[in-house]
Amino acid sequence: MLLDTRHSLETPEGASLPLTPAGFGVRCIAQLIDIFIRTIAYMILAIPISFIDSSGGVILIMVFLLEWFYPVFFEVTRHGRTPGKKSMKIHVINDDATPVTFAPSLLRNLLRVVDLLPVFYLTGIITSLCNKQFKRLGDLAAGTMVVYDIPAVRDPSFDAKGQMPVPSDFSTDEQRALLAFAERSKFLSSERQSELAIILQPVIHAKDPVIAIKQMANTLVGKY
Amino acid sequence: MKQGQFEQLYQSLWQGLAKDIAELEKPNGKLLASELTSFAARYRKVCHLHALAEDRRYSSHLVDSLADLVVRGHQQLYRRKQPIVHQLTSFVVAEFPRLVRRQQSYIWWATALLYLPALVLFLAILWQPDLVYTVTSPEQVSQFEEMYDPSNRVLGSARDSETNMQMFGFYIYNNISVSFRTFASGIMLGVGSIFFLIYNGLLFGAVSGHLTNAGFTETFFTFVIAHGSFELTAIAIAGAAGLKLGYSLLAPGNFTRLESLKRGAAVAIKLMYGVIIMLVFAAFIEAFWSSNNIFDPWQKYLVGGFLWLLVISYFVFSGRHLRGENGDQSR
Repeated sequence: MLLDTRHSLETPEGASLPLTPAGFGVRCIAQLIDIFIRTIAYMILAIPISFIDSSGGVILIMVFLLEWFYPVFFEVTRHGRTPGKKSMKIHVINDDATPVTFAPSLLRNLLRVVDLLPVFYLTGIITSLCNKQFKRLGDLAAGTMVVYDIPAVRDPSFDAKGQMPVPSDFSTDEQRALLAFAERSKFLSSERQSELAIILQPVIHAKDPVIAIKQMANTLVGKY
Repeated sequence: MKQGQFEQLYQSLWQGLAKDIAELEKPNGKLLASELTSFAARYRKVCHLHALAEDRRYSSHLVDSLADLVVRGHQQLYRRKQPIVHQLTSFVVAEFPRLVRRQQSYIWWATALLYLPALVLFLAILWQPDLVYTVTSPEQVSQFEEMYDPSNRVLGSARDSETNMQMFGFYIYNNISVSFRTFASGIMLGVGSIFFLIYNGLLFGAVSGHLTNAGFTETFFTFVIAHGSFELTAIAIAGAAGLKLGYSLLAPGNFTRLESLKRGAAVAIKLMYGVIIMLVFAAFIEAFWSSNNIFDPWQKYLVGGFLWLLVISYFVFSGRHLRGENGDQSR
């Protein structure tokens, strides 16, 4: 796993938290969604202004708040997730993996005006390509990063019945590979399944490697 | 130990913790005192179990659900308190003026960068009136002339209350956005902040110089003197915060540049809190007092002078005699 973008953070308990920083592609889409939502909010604000002139001051304050504090509000109250980030399943955290707090959130969002210079977030994109956690300038100064949500561990259902002991020298990552195979087999043709499973044949010596791997997966999650 | 035994022995422990974490993750989640006091100990135990499970190569399914608890427990255990509401008063009364005093070298630089160009251009325009067009366009100039022409003056409130409200919104939007840009662009090694400070200074100098030539001094200076106390000072502080960002990158001292930037930024953002509060005040004064023509000029100068005195003595004296003036950690 040398090529993945995982960033593991050691905690005082000696545990290491697996974090996956989000690159600019997914963040760009999240940002576009947020811009879209804000545009709709502006349009809704524009309706009363066309009826009553006196609301102009309030509207300008709302525009100000939307422009500068929209991301801060959501990041602080929604555990680092603006609506756009939430829909892309990413969120902002402090460098120590705690939910982002007010000061860092305000800082990273104020510095956005520099990150988007000269056009299209060029500064932010170049900066994020220069460090392992894809931090733009605002993230560097505020000590924050954007990471993927950790998907909840599901109870998977596999199509094979029965159990088979897993060889005891399989590491956790290798076990994950077995599980991933069993889970993804629904989307693979039976030829492709056996083509993949046969690779393990020298290690597991089974009659039918496809069934064997699925049965091992059953053992791993405690299913029959 | 077999995985089954392991699960039987400890399952209740991590299931209990999972329940507590889920409760804490709710917006208003509360735990019993006994649950809270034992939370850290139980969390450490689960971290230990996770490490054991991974080392003993128990099924990845078990390892992954324990890892999930480790991450979420960490987020709950180490989350920082969000002090915005509780500490607002102590920030205004003591922390902000102290911070400004501690960062005064930046403040002085920013003040000089704002006022010196203003003064120079002001004097230059008194001497050579055409110099006003170096920083402003002819349309802007005539707009300003119209705004402050005494013959356009109406007795009583110059604007009705609806326009006042509208201008309040405009000042909030415009001035705070300007201060945010002045601050943020400081990360470009300070260059952006320096530019915005000098530019705003020049603009102010040009307008005041030109209106002095035109003989509109009374309308202009009675308008700006009151809110200028808060507004100009706030812009200078925003510039100082930007300079702090830039300087922490340029001269990191014993830290790496990144670490130095982070530390500098943590201090600078606090200055920005104060700037926001000051600019809201300034916008309020500008919208509801400065435009008001019921009062005589000497009364407006008096109030304006008082506000300047207030701002200056606030930064010089406030929070000085309370405990902890020099006991703070941020430099």
